[in-house]
Amino acid sequence: MYNQICCNIGTVTVIPEKTGTVMPSCNIVTHKYTYDTTEQMAKELIRFEHISKSFENTDVLKDLTLSIHENEFLTLLGPSGCGKTTTLRILGGFVAPDKGKVFFNDEDITDLPPNKRPLNTVFQKYALFTHMNVAENIAFGLKIKGKSSREIKEKIEYSLKLVGLEGFETRSPASLSGGQQQRIAIARAIVNEPRVLLLDEPLGALDLKLRQGMQYELRRLKEELGITFVYVTHDQEEALTMSDTVVVMNQGIIQQIGTPEDIYNEPQNAFVADFIGDSNLLDGIMIRDCLVSLGGLEMPCVDTGFGCNTPVDVVIRPEDVELDANGKGQTHGTVTSIMFKGVHWEMHVESDIGITFLVQTTEHFPVGSTVGISVDPYNIQIMHKPSSEDAQVFDQNEAPAGESYEP
Amino acid sequence: MNRSRTRLLAIPYIIWVAGFTVIPLIFIITKAVTDENGMLTASNLFAIFDPLHRKALMMSLLLAFISTVICIIIAYPVAIILRGSHIRKKNIILFVLILPMWMNFILRILAMQMLISNNGIVNHILETLELPPLKLINTPQAIVIGMVYDYLPYMMLPILNSVLSISEDVIEAAKDLGSDKMHVLLHIILPLSLTGVGSGITMVFVPSMTEFVIANILGGGKIQLLGNIIEQEFTVTMNWNLGSGLSVSLMAFVLITSFVFGRNNEDAAAGISI
Repeated sequence: MYNQICCNIGTVTVIPEKTGTVMPSCNIVTHKYTYDTTEQMAKELIRFEHISKSFENTDVLKDLTLSIHENEFLTLLGPSGCGKTTTLRILGGFVAPDKGKVFFNDEDITDLPPNKRPLNTVFQKYALFTHMNVAENIAFGLKIKGKSSREIKEKIEYSLKLVGLEGFETRSPASLSGGQQQRIAIARAIVNEPRVLLLDEPLGALDLKLRQGMQYELRRLKEELGITFVYVTHDQEEALTMSDTVVVMNQGIIQQIGTPEDIYNEPQNAFVADFIGDSNLLDGIMIRDCLVSLGGLEMPCVDTGFGCNTPVDVVIRPEDVELDANGKGQTHGTVTSIMFKGVHWEMHVESDIGITFLVQTTEHFPVGSTVGISVDPYNIQIMHKPSSEDAQVFDQNEAPAGESYEP
Repeated sequence: MNRSRTRLLAIPYIIWVAGFTVIPLIFIITKAVTDENGMLTASNLFAIFDPLHRKALMMSLLLAFISTVICIIIAYPVAIILRGSHIRKKNIILFVLILPMWMNFILRILAMQMLISNNGIVNHILETLELPPLKLINTPQAIVIGMVYDYLPYMMLPILNSVLSISEDVIEAAKDLGSDKMHVLLHIILPLSLTGVGSGITMVFVPSMTEFVIANILGGGKIQLLGNIIEQEFTVTMNWNLGSGLSVSLMAFVLITSFVFGRNNEDAAAGISI
């Protein structure tokens, strides 16, 4: 039922408890969130406990702890080298962690070899067996399990139908396009009925159009199979489109765990804000609860608990900067550049407070025109400044309780 | 204009091939199908079925076959082990393997003669250990040892090349689908490296079949391979027509064999370039 909801509206409605509780104190009416706290009680299936891993003196994962739930579409998102693939490979059994344990169904699988794990992987470069035809590729795992040839034949047909490649049994992998090979790789994995399907940037090698099509396909497959997907990507759009839960990683540390909406609307630190979507990442001073100063301009916001006169990072999404041709607004500015981006116009607006805003609107403002600039208090996201050099390292325990995803 | 000028660069090669391959080949074939009076005959070609020649051909075939099998047995496990080893170690072992190829092969065979002769180093060591001496020199075994010693790198390189080129992804995929180590070896690595084995077979079996120098030095002239008989027809008996006839028959035999195994000559060339 929960998944059905996710599928229909394209995004996930799970919002961690307490997200909204900060608002009443600011006397601003809450209006935009829906709550769905009952459904997030899905059973925990996989647990990483204090996993650390380094390759040749480079720490790839630093004390990573993460829960993955039954029937969840969880995406590990981050730039290359952030440790997302290593996390997936530890789960697949291809890399052993230096420290920490991995549990599957409360059972310690840290030392279990990959061939004994109840999960299957779709590899980035497909990794099809070139010396076998499509049917033999798909049958590979089933034959090892000793299934009867009749059952194998039925399952090959079923899985090919699932990925939309009926009748491809006798084709050789080399004769298939990249997208078709990827589908065969998926069929080869899911035919074994794994509890969890691991996907390592499976769409990375496909062109844009095909990638978008496959995003829908994967989401549909997940609903049809009713299993857990753990997905690795560096493409934030892909992560936001498909996932129930997004885990943003950087430098071997989890930056934020949350629904795609959380991650986008309530980034927990500057790294997440910068990595997900376009954003105006600004220096501000939190004057008191619900009031932040940007370049001397005091703007109401909805965040509390930062103390008085505290330097903070401020994120304003480009689509949240409102422009007014008649000069109405909290401050004024001049449009310095404009570009057509298809759905919207993208502009740079130099404001009177010394800040150049990146703005996206569907309205056209000519270069040189003077506009009023205003931002809704809800659309101003306040974040702590990183405490030390290793910057975006944001200790989860210090994070505002309401913003971490802890079912 | 430009293109025809580029073609001029091929002239040295064309002269070389014409002078040392095409013309001699025409000469040999002409000799093979005529008798000493220049009359057309097929008897030289069918001379290979004479009992003496047939016996030599069988011996060539047997020794070449045994040498090839031993080369595979030695080379394949090394390739598998090297696949799993660290890159620097890999390079050192590879270097040691192809080091003998830097030396003239007759020198290597003469050195082998020193090692395995009746008063050679191997028997000296056995004597010191109070073990019975080995009678190796002038036996078919000695020729096999020489052939394996000489041709092992030609088996090693194509096999190594094909085994190393198997992507780790594919092996991980197999493990992911439930393969244990033995299953991966038999169902993934072995079939994917068969092209390399095929190339290796061609590159060891063919020269072994036509071998006569190793047989002369390590066989002491007591073991007659078809190569020895052909050599004698040209240098001792001076019956060039018979020698040519046997050569052409042997060539046909070799062509058939390499057609069976040798669809992978391109891989073989790739193997050498490691």
